[in-house]
Amino acid sequence: MKIVVCVKQIQNPEIPPVQFRIDEEAKVLIPVSGLSPILSPYDEQAVEAALRIRDKAGKDSDIEITIVTIASKGARAVIKAALALGADNAVLLSEPTFDGSGGYVTARNLAETIRAIGDVDLILTGRQAADWDAGVVGLGIAEILDIPAITFACDVQTTDGVVTVQRVLQDGIETVEADLPALVTISNELGKVRYASMRETMRAAKKPIKEWMPEDIGLDEAQVGSSAMRYKLERLYIPVNDTECEFIVGNTPAEIAATLAQHLREAKLI
Amino acid sequence: MTDNNNGVLVVVEMVESQPIDLGLEMLALARRLTDSMGGTVTAVAFGTGLETTGEILTAYGADQVLINDNAIFANFHAEAWLPDLSKIVAEVAPAIVLIGHSLSGTDLAPRLAFRLDVDVATGCESIDIINGRPHMTRSCFGGLAREVVTFTKTPAVATIRSKTQQALTPMMERAGEVKHVTSILDVNSIRSRVVNREREKAVGVKLESAKIVIGGGLGLGGPEGFNTLNEIAELVDGAVGASRAACDLDWCPRSYQIGLTGRTVAPELYLAVGISGASHHMAGCGNSKTIVSINSDPDAAIFKSSRFGIVGNSQEIMPALVEEIRKLKA
Ligand SMILES: Cc1cc2nc3c(=O)[nH]c(=O)nc-3n(C[C@H](O)[C@H](O)[C@H](O)COP(=O)(O)OP(=O)(O)OC[C@H]3O[C@@H](n4cnc5c(N)ncnc54)[C@H](O)[C@@H]3O)c2cc1C
Ligand SMILES: Nc1ncnc2c1ncn2[C@@H]1O[C@H](COP(=O)(O)O)[C@@H](O)[C@H]1O
Repeated sequence: MKIVVCVKQIQNPEIPPVQFRIDEEAKVLIPVSGLSPILSPYDEQAVEAALRIRDKAGKDSDIEITIVTIASKGARAVIKAALALGADNAVLLSEPTFDGSGGYVTARNLAETIRAIGDVDLILTGRQAADWDAGVVGLGIAEILDIPAITFACDVQTTDGVVTVQRVLQDGIETVEADLPALVTISNELGKVRYASMRETMRAAKKPIKEWMPEDIGLDEAQVGSSAMRYKLERLYIPVNDTECEFIVGNTPAEIAATLAQHLREAKLI
Repeated sequence: MTDNNNGVLVVVEMVESQPIDLGLEMLALARRLTDSMGGTVTAVAFGTGLETTGEILTAYGADQVLINDNAIFANFHAEAWLPDLSKIVAEVAPAIVLIGHSLSGTDLAPRLAFRLDVDVATGCESIDIINGRPHMTRSCFGGLAREVVTFTKTPAVATIRSKTQQALTPMMERAGEVKHVTSILDVNSIRSRVVNREREKAVGVKLESAKIVIGGGLGLGGPEGFNTLNEIAELVDGAVGASRAACDLDWCPRSYQIGLTGRTVAPELYLAVGISGASHHMAGCGNSKTIVSINSDPDAAIFKSSRFGIVGNSQEIMPALVEEIRKLKA
């Protein structure tokens, strides 16, 4: 069984807000200097989901896990990170005009990459990339490939050509299954991911990484980057927050609580 | 290629045969958008037992309501919705399609967009018509930034975050047209099968509609910390929410999660207890009228968004606050 996990490299989404900068003129993120890009957290969990499927199938299973990413430049570090977790091999679509081309183009280009890999049974993506927070690409790939998609998974299992997914609802969990090939998007409820072991990290250095250019998979200029985009970024900015906080002080918790309760009463909030 | 230009189509999510608040909020946005760019507001509702839905959605601003009342739509299933919805969008030819940024809406909207071969903006906070074209404003980078996007092809599909719009006051005498749709769904085309569904019992007031929300985070020190939050919620008729970190540790049900990938609330009062105020959390409560926070760290980010702050130990402050509120309520 062939599993493809789509991963994106991003800037760590949990940096202190004071470090977060954008160039409003160019409408781009200014990367924090000295900070290496990471695997988007939900994508890391998607890798984990694939590894759990393989663990369950046992050592002698025929499960092959392929990492797929599209980047303008320098995605090797995150590919290595995914391989060090235990994936078998990787495909990097190097597309110089890729940055900022948006979910529509990304989904189309990823779908073509997956077609070129061939005979993929299960595709895993994150529920959303933790940079633009869109949540579009996974469902887009499934629509383009015309396969079923199950979103917001917290558990993924496969048996006899069927994928069974526990998916998160607003007020509960539902179990959904579909025949393979299928696509599943992974949510944070999947839980903790494993650490890369020393052994896998050493092995990762020798795992095959294929680097493709768009023309290698039959994508022409009109299908990549800005020429294929269906959206335009008009503005990118950091919203200002000018709330003045009034600190409530007192000698005892009771005194502080009384003052707060009084304030809330005066403001007709309670 | 002809551009769609017939106003705004709103997909109104129904729960137990009633429109969710977010659906009504989007109707208000749709009205504002058609006021500035022309065209009509079409509301679409899928579900069962929708006898009164036409009237309600008309009262809240729809010019035309399309009802797809069918037992198969009793529970949301994107694959079941898509054939009919794509057909309706093709017939109505709206310039904009609005879908709620709920778990269902975020599951549905990108699929619809790709079927229509257009782009989609998810989690929008506002839409403005500039030079006749919709400009979608959405949060990105975990809530730290905002982007404004436009699309080169219509319809513009957008999901709208809860509580970013204010529903209109319903006018029962508003005139509108209500039509029933005949489903074209071929059930054999549905490839994913729901085999089980477990729902948590709803606790207290619904988070989104509560006037007071009390959010708990890791600073509560453990699951017991939620007891005092529940007590206050009961006293003031509020609801309890939580940070993702608290949900991840199972200190409270998953459904409590407020934030980027949780629920969006905008109550009159948000009381944040032991929450650091990460942008990902604020993405779900930043629009609250008044934020009051209790945190032991004077430099916690949450104070930057708070009207009132208390630097202190929640385990000491909260029981005292329960007492004080009890006194005031007596
Ligand atoms: C892609 C992505 C999506 C995310 N989505 C969400 C989301 O939807 N919702 C969400 O909430 N988070 C989300 N997060 C996580 C978010 O970034 C924060 O990690 C999380 O909100 C922190 O939760 P917390 O404030 O409870 O915990 P912490 O950040 O650990 O903060 C605990 C706070 O409690 C205070 N404290 C400690 N002891 C006490 C005490 N005795 N009394 C009072 N205060 C005390 C501390 O000073 C601290 O400020 C997301 C993260 C990522 C990367
Ligand atoms: N450039 C990319 N390369 C590989 N996978 C991607 C890329 N962009 C997005 N994805 C996948 O699609 C998911 C959703 O992304 P998005 O729609 O951008 O929020 C991510 O979690 C990834 O799994």
